[in-house]
This record gives sequence, C-alpha cells and structure tokens, in this order.
Amino acid sequence: MVNNVEWKIEIRNRKGVFDPLGNGIKKNIKDLDISGVRHVNVSQVFIISGDITESDAKRIAGELLADPITEEYILYHERRSTNNERRIVEIAYNPGVMDPVEESARKAIRDMGIYGVKSLKTERKYIIEGNITDEDFKNICEKLLYNKVIQHVAISHKPKTASLGGGYKFKLVTVDIIGADDKKLMKISKSGQLFLNLREMREIKKYFRKLGKNPTDCELETIAQTWSEHCNHKTFRGIIEYKEEGKTRIIDNLLKNTIMKVTNELKKPWCVSVFKDNAGIIRFDEDDNICFKVETHNHPSALEPYGGAGTGIGGVIRDILGVGMAAKPIMNTDVFCFGLPDTPRKKVPKGMLHPKRIMKGVVSGVRDYGNRMGIPTANGAVLFDERYTGNPLVYCGTVGIMPKDKSFKSARKGDLIVAVGGRTGRDGIHGATFSSGELTHESETVSGGAVQIGNPITEKKLTDTLLKARDRNLYTAITDCGAGGFSSAVGEMGQELGAEVDLEKAPLKYQGLSYTEIWISEAQERMILSVPRENLKELMSVFKKEDVEAVVLGCFASNKRLKLRYNGNVVCDLDMGFLHDGVPRFERKAVWSKTIHAEPKKKSANNFTRDLMKILSSWNVASKEWVIRQYDHEVQGQSVLKPLVGIKNDGPGDASVIRPKFSSKKGIIISNGINPRYGLVDPYWMAASSIDEALRQIIAVGGSLNKTALLDNFCWGNTDKPDRLGSLVRASMGCYAIAKAYGVPFISGKDSLNNEYSVHGESIAIPGTLLISAISVMDDVTKAITMDMKEEGNLIYVIGETKDEMGGSHYNLINNSVGNNAPRVDAVKGLKIFKKMSEAAGQGLLRACHDCSEGGIAAALAEMAFSGGFGADIRLKEAPCDVKRNNVILFSESNTRFIAEVRKENRKKFENHMKGVSMGMIGRVTGKKDLVIYGLNGEKVIDAGIDELKEAWQKPLRW
Amino acid sequence: MKKPKVIVLRTAGTNCDNETACAFRMAGGDAELVHINELARQEKSLKDFQILAIPGGFTYGDDIASGKILANEIKYKLNEDLKNFINSGKLVIGICNGFQVLVKAGILPGINAGSIEATLSFNDSGSFIDKWTLLRVTGHELRVTKCVWTRGIPGDIYLPIAHGEGKFIPRDKTVLSQLKKNNQIVFKYADNPNGSIDDIAGICDTTGRVLGMMPHPERHVLGTQHPRWTREGLKERGDGFAIFKNGIDYIKEKL
Repeated sequence: MVNNVEWKIEIRNRKGVFDPLGNGIKKNIKDLDISGVRHVNVSQVFIISGDITESDAKRIAGELLADPITEEYILYHERRSTNNERRIVEIAYNPGVMDPVEESARKAIRDMGIYGVKSLKTERKYIIEGNITDEDFKNICEKLLYNKVIQHVAISHKPKTASLGGGYKFKLVTVDIIGADDKKLMKISKSGQLFLNLREMREIKKYFRKLGKNPTDCELETIAQTWSEHCNHKTFRGIIEYKEEGKTRIIDNLLKNTIMKVTNELKKPWCVSVFKDNAGIIRFDEDDNICFKVETHNHPSALEPYGGAGTGIGGVIRDILGVGMAAKPIMNTDVFCFGLPDTPRKKVPKGMLHPKRIMKGVVSGVRDYGNRMGIPTANGAVLFDERYTGNPLVYCGTVGIMPKDKSFKSARKGDLIVAVGGRTGRDGIHGATFSSGELTHESETVSGGAVQIGNPITEKKLTDTLLKARDRNLYTAITDCGAGGFSSAVGEMGQELGAEVDLEKAPLKYQGLSYTEIWISEAQERMILSVPRENLKELMSVFKKEDVEAVVLGCFASNKRLKLRYNGNVVCDLDMGFLHDGVPRFERKAVWSKTIHAEPKKKSANNFTRDLMKILSSWNVASKEWVIRQYDHEVQGQSVLKPLVGIKNDGPGDASVIRPKFSSKKGIIISNGINPRYGLVDPYWMAASSIDEALRQIIAVGGSLNKTALLDNFCWGNTDKPDRLGSLVRASMGCYAIAKAYGVPFISGKDSLNNEYSVHGESIAIPGTLLISAISVMDDVTKAITMDMKEEGNLIYVIGETKDEMGGSHYNLINNSVGNNAPRVDAVKGLKIFKKMSEAAGQGLLRACHDCSEGGIAAALAEMAFSGGFGADIRLKEAPCDVKRNNVILFSESNTRFIAEVRKENRKKFENHMKGVSMGMIGRVTGKKDLVIYGLNGEKVIDAGIDELKEAWQKPLRW
Repeated sequence: MKKPKVIVLRTAGTNCDNETACAFRMAGGDAELVHINELARQEKSLKDFQILAIPGGFTYGDDIASGKILANEIKYKLNEDLKNFINSGKLVIGICNGFQVLVKAGILPGINAGSIEATLSFNDSGSFIDKWTLLRVTGHELRVTKCVWTRGIPGDIYLPIAHGEGKFIPRDKTVLSQLKKNNQIVFKYADNPNGSIDDIAGICDTTGRVLGMMPHPERHVLGTQHPRWTREGLKERGDGFAIFKNGIDYIKEKL
C-alpha cells in the first residue's frame, strides 16, 4: 500500500546571518509610512506530499533545500501564533497559478533517488517583529507581501489546492445566439468576456443562423479571440471618417495609408519581411538576417506587475522564436510608463496598485525573466506621468538573428501539429480579449485569470532545443502561442489549409480543464510546429534529449476548416474564411482639434542653474541606473556600447550597440524615441519628434540611416471616442511624413488601444503614447562613439538649429505648464545633418557626441560633463538660434540637434566637413569640474559643479 | 599538437555557454557544448576532455538556491567521474553560476573532500547586480600564485559581475584561515559589490587546478567589451582572455 503523507519543511536563516530579503521588505514597509517594525524574517516553506518517509523528508530538507552554511530547516506541524509583537503570515499561490519552483525541485528530489513525491508547493513565510497595529499588518500584507490576483494567505495547514484536483466530465456546451435579441447578444459578449461589439455579435448570429445551428462555446470563443483588437487590429484596419479643422476625409485602412505606405514606397532591398510575420526582418550580412519586435503587456502588468511584465518579456521572446523558422533572441529592450512614484496613496484609484509598487514589480519581473533567459536587456526608457497611474504601460522588445534561409515558413497539408514547451493550465484565460477592453476596479476579480507567472527556464529549454530542430530542418512552420493560445496559433498557421486537433492530447498541468479552456488557455512557454510526418521521430528526440515536452495535437488539412475534437466529440467546426475574414470592418469617427495650453509665466531672473537641476531631477530625465543594474545587459558577451557609459560607467548612453558575432565587426544599434508630452500639443509632431529622437540616437553613437528601420507601438485610449481616435490618426500621419522624408521604413508594429481606467463611471485615458524603436546595422562597431566628455581642451559644438519650441518641454513641465510650440522636424535639413554627422563619426572626428532631447542643450551638456568627469565653458551666443532668449537656447527641445566634442587638431577638418549645416562652436572642455554657461550678453546663466549636477540627476531613483 | 579539448557543460538555464566556448576557442582550445543529460546517459564522457567549464546562467532557474539543483545532480550522477577528472590532473573552471555549483557540490574549496565549507548567498543589496569590478589577483606580488588559471596575470584585472547571489561566505573562521594559508583565495574585489566575506571573488581548490569565480572573464576577451574602450582606447584582447589562455597553455604543457 502506498502512503500519502504531507511534510511541511520550513527553511529559515540561521541566527546571525544577514537577511537581505527581509531587510528589503523592512525598507518597503517604511515606504508605506508604517513605523515600529524592528525585524522582518523571510523563510521559504515547502509542502511536499507523497510516499515520503521521515528520513527521506529529512534528507530532502537537509541536503537539498537548506543551505548548510546560512540556513536551517524545521520539519514540523505549524502552530500559528499572533500577538502584537510577532506576526506571521504565509503566502501561497492561488490554485492554477504556476509555481516555478515545483518542477525543478521535484527533479532534484528524483536525482537524489527519492521517487515518491506526488506534489510540491512552495510558500513564503514572513515573520514581522515590532509594534504594529492589525491595520498596519493587513496593509503590509496586501500592499507588499502578496497580490490576491495570484496569491492568498494560507490560513489552514493545507494549501488551497484541492479545487484543482477534480476531474472534468465532457459536456458539449452551445450558446443560444440565433434566438438572441440585441440585448441578449451584448449580454453574451459581456458575461463570456468576449469583448465583441454589437455589430460583431450580429454578424456571428447571421452566420450561424444561415447554418441553422447555434455555435458551441468553443466556436464562439475562437471567433472572439481571432476577432479581438489584440489579434486583429480592427481600428487600424477599419474605415475612419476623420475631421480636422472643419475638413473631413475618409481613411480606408489607416495602417495601409500611413505606416505601411512608408515601407511600400521606399522599397528598401534589405527589408526581407515586413508586417507579415511576428516581427520585421532585415538583412544583416551575407549569412544572416536580423529581426525586431516590440510588444505591449499593459493590462496584466497593471494587475500583477511582476507576472505581467515577466510574461510580457516571455511573450515577445516567443515572437522572435516564431519569426520565419525561428530566430535566436540576442537582445531585449524595455520601455515603461508609470504614474509618479511619489503619488500620495489616497490618490491611487481603487483596485489599483501604487505606481512605485507597480514599477518595482515590473522591473523585477523583467529582470527575473530576461536574466534567466540569458538575453541582455541593453536598452530602454522609463517615463512617468500621473495619467499612467491607473494604466501603466509596459513595452517589451526583442531582437533576433537567424540564418538567411530560415526567414520564411509555410505549413503544408498533412503536416502534424506539434505543441512544444510548457504544459497547458487554466492560466491566462481570456488574455487576448481582456487586453482589448478597458480596465476597471473590478478587473482584478473578473480578469484575474488573465494574469500569470511565467517560467523562464521552460522557455530557455525550449529556445535551446528549438534552434537545434530548426538547424536540422525538422519542421516547416512555427508559431508562438501568445494571446489566444492554441486557438490563435493553430488558427493562424492553418488559415490557408485548415486544421484538425484532438484537444485531449494536450499535456495539462493538472486535470479538470474543459475542451474550451484547453483551446484558449494562454499558458506560457508553448510553441506550435508543423512537422512533416517523416521528421517526427527525429524531432521528438531533439526535444526529449533536453527534457522538453513535445506532443502531436493533430494535423493540417486542405479543406480550410478548423475542426476540433475532444475524445472524438466534435466541439468546433468552423470555416477558416469566416473566422479570418468575417469580422465586420469598423467604421468610426475621428476628430482632431488643437488644444490651447497655458504658457509658463515669464521669469525675470537670468540664472537658470536651479531650472537645470530641477530638469535633471525630474522623473523622466533622472538616472535609471537603479533599473539598469538589475538587468544583465552583457550576457552573450556582445555588448559594444552599454546603456551606461563614461568615466564611472554611469552616464546615460544614447543607444546600445552589440556585435552579434565575435569574429565580425558588424554590429546592431538599438534606440528608442518616446515623448508623450509633445502629444499634448500635437500628436503629429510628437510622432515626428519620436522618430527624430530614435534616429538621432543612432547617429549619436556613430551609426547611419543607411540600413535603419523603425517599429511603431501605439498605446492609446479608447478609440471608440472620436477625440482619441483623431489623435491616433494625426500621429500616424506624422509617422508617414517624417519616416518617408528620412527614408527609413517601418518593418513591424503593434497597437494597444483601450488604455483607460474608469473610476466612478469617468474614464481616464493615458496620454496617447507612441514608442518608436529603431534598429540599425553598423558596419564597423569600432567606430562607435559615447556621449561622455573625454579630454580637457577639446572643442564643443552644437549642431542643428535651436528654435522657440518649448511646447511639451521639460522646462515647461518644471514650470507647471505645457505650452503650445511642440518641436517640429525639418527633415530636409535633418537628413543633411544626420548624413554629415554620420560621416564625421566614420572619419573619427568626434570624440564624444550626445543628442539634445529632454532639457535641451543645457541638460545634454550637463550629462556629457558629469559622465566624463570634466567641466565645460560654454557661450550661448555661438549657438545657432533665431530667438535671442537664454532660456530658449538652453532648454528648447528642437529636434535634430547634437552636441559634439572635437579635438583641436581636427577643428578645420570637422568644420570643413560640416559646411552647409547650422552649427556653432560654443565652448570647450575644461579640467575645472564646473559647467559654466555664459548667456547672450556674456553673463553667467548657469554655474554648477558637475558633482552637484550629477547628484541632482542620480538622487531621485536611487532606491 | 592537438588542441586541448574543453567541455562546456550545459543544462536547463545555462546561458553563458556560447561565449565561454568562444573564449576557449580564441585561446586555442577545442570547445564543445555538452548537455548534462549526455553525460548522465553516457553518450559523452568526461574522460575525453581535459578542461571542464561550468558556465554562468540560472541552472534550473536557481530554484531552491543558486546552482543548488545542478550541484545536487552532479553529486548524484557524476560524482566519481568528476573526482577522477580532477585527480588525473585536469582543469576545472566554474564561472558565476558554475562557481555556485562547485561550491554547493562541495568541490570548492575542497579543503576536506566532499564537505560543504562555504556558500554563495544573496548579495547584501538584496538584488541582482550587473557591474564592472576591479579584481586583485592575490599573491601575484609574491609570485606565489597557486592557481594555474591566473599564472602570470599581473596585479589587477577588470571584469563584470552579473549575479544576485554572489556573497561568498566560508563556513567559519577556520575555513577562512585555511583558504588564506593554502593560498586558495584567487581574486578579491577592490570595491566589494556584494558583501562577500574578506572581499573574496574567486577561489581555487588545494591543487590550484579547480577555479571558481563570480566575475565573468568570458565577457572581457575582446577590446570592445570594455565599458570605457571609447575613452581609453581599443585593445586587442580583454583582461579575461589570459585566464582562458592559461588554462589551454597548461594543458598543452602538462598533458
């Protein structure tokens, strides 16, 4: 007879061992304004059940789970005691949430020769000592120690797992749609979390009425997934009646008329695959292509920042694994937008987490996933604005490299459908549809299932083996399971063929999933392959060798139907044509009109040192070193320019450069441009400026526009509202005009709409936020340049014209206004500047170069000076500027400008080379460690020590 | 002469395997990436190699503790093979996660065979750190470098760390004093980034042929990997290269 015993093993620090985790929590408790906590102790609890003897349990605890030097174990029956001096809480994962430790710990126990473990769960135990109230304790638990979306307080000895064990008994469910009226249709959409609108529901009703039957739940879900904004981009592809300044025009497919139009018109021969696959692909060298994709993972990150961000990065990595025949991920980039970290707690909307907690969670989520995947996170940005408080933005991007001949795929009739990687669970149900709706205070309860915890090691194993299978040509096509799970992956791959799937074959994390849950689960770390039958054996052995699970689910057909069975019962039989082309096109109205903002009050003072300090200390400009250092930005050994540069490795680099092959000097530059504040003035010029910013960072590090491509990522409010859609249209038009004029194509993009948060029926939208990411091939990375000042006596130039363009600037921000003149882009002049600067870099004429962005010339100079450890003497009257105002020259954020450091001996050569470009020699690098800037009349307008400036810049986010 | 054969051991979560193999190849080695399953299933044998490298990464997610599950696996599946490998005069290097594995498997410091005499625990900061650090090669001034991997390396070298659990803690004072007495401390941080006892960044076993270190020498073999090459000038080779070269040269001389 087999025994089933449950052992509870607590692993805690030995006395006297410093506990950094407990210490960190103590610090966070202080951030909650709760005092009185003397000590926090964190221990790990393992609950292991199965046929395990006491001596086995002791071996597991002593040899495996506890570190013999720093830890000790207790094997015991817990008595929970609580008094005011010592409080204990144990946090466990909710049923269905993946516990990443379970699989690996069970493997280790098997390695020890102990085979009886049936289940293993982990919990965190917190012991908080000090004098705090019940209310304080509750606050600490809820605000710091757990998130009810994925965790709960383990009350009883037994963890809450029982509800999962139940079996599932098949019962075919149909939804009465053909007899439903409009009200009922919308009820079906809402209660089923389908997020389909009335027109779409009517279309579905019409289709099934013609067939004379009701859809199964699985059919309806499949349609909802495929038609979701997330998967279908209905807004961008719809028909828009756009009104601006009284003029109305019809835009039939915004994407085709703006973003994609640039690419189609430029026809760059090095663009290999654009807007078709998971990511855009461009040529790298004779042997390889590179690809780039940026995704958003906003709503899950709002509810569960750690899991949301981790699965965000996991998802975009799978996008890259699913490009062509799979690319190897070689770099990550992450851009976040949060509410202000110092937001008063009472101003945080109900049901939302505090921005600081969201930020810490997101950063650690990206850290733990990206670092474990062994992909350097080498580029990014973090922005703050109070309108992101209810709806943070998390952009995750990945670059991949692949052999040239692996850039295209096509599944063939008769190929087997093989699922590889992680198992399917009840996690992530309704992610695709959920992300297409608005967040409310109920989101955490209604859509909690959409949020998951990822397991990066499962994805790492998958990556390693997948690339082996690719190189042996064992499959004909591949797609990631992202939003919509199997439903989207199989549906997409089989669009032109048809597919048959037996759902019971999918390996499950636990029993009890219905056929529909299996089909739409968005459980992480899974990919779908199409495999010719003759390759199956070899393919299976590639995965088996490294313990990766692979299972045949079905096969591709030729009848263009999607047929799903569960133990032989047909549960879905849909026409691929209707599924993919049946969605009614959106017809929407859009309006844009200029908003007039207040200008800042004129100041009489003529000393701007304080303004500069304030700008350097503003959340957006301040050093992000706290974030960057937590990311492994050097794994794979390819970094050439790291995110932090300068004499102390802590200055803000403009763009990251990597060389993906040790034997070649060819490199890749990645940069990004984002400035939602300009959008408050005019989204058109915001888009233009974002493109200019991304490109000038490429130029600033010594790159060129020759082989440079862009990605667009729109995060917008609810585009059902004409004003939100109007600004989206205007931003798209800006993208077209400027990208075209600069000759840089878009190769891929993404939109995340409905980024709104409703409080008491009022909807708060995020500022329309466009992230432009740029990727550029650099022929010789040894020509790269950093922004830190390098040698005393060198000359400092400003290149490009400064205009009175303070609208949306940081100078206005610190003076509590927005203003009305957002920076514009003159692409004719800009192109010339980019070309000349790129050539100057190639000729080795630039000792340092930095682009001017937030905070203008003054901030750029300060950053260059303190990063290099030098001072500078600067005269503003030499800067090309029509407006004779010191604050404009110092802080205007006009586009296409650089500060360059040039050696004296290269002066003539540089100035000759730059002929025809607006430029001024504004000063020189000094050894005095002071930044001194003289105004138009020769008076000192800024005078500050570089250490002081650096401290202002580093202090705000030194957490 | 035939190139020394290097086995770069990998498993789920290993992630510095390619660059480690690359560094050995640049130094004149014949490096091969081998999954631990291949050894356990006897498709490959340690016997066929002269250098074993356990590279960085997060093996098995660093679940339970960093390097622990791989250490456990090695203990139960490869213990004898590995002992024979070391006893036959061959070389072992564990970098970052590989160092954690060697320590937790009881191979390092190896003062008393098989017993756990030290650990690598959470950084004092409580979080992962990626940072360049200056390392003192201990004993070089007295020319008493015991470790074959660092012979002839003058003074300080500059390498990045990238870890969350790099704080070196010896079991007790006795272990620490033995480490010193035996010249087993190979690298010390000039500016201790993680709270390691006695600033210890890397140690070797009593033979000097098994090296474990938290910093990543394989991330500084090319000049362009240096964080300040644009300021200080581009060198052909980075500071970490000499470690790989020493390993390869030693095998060429001795075996």
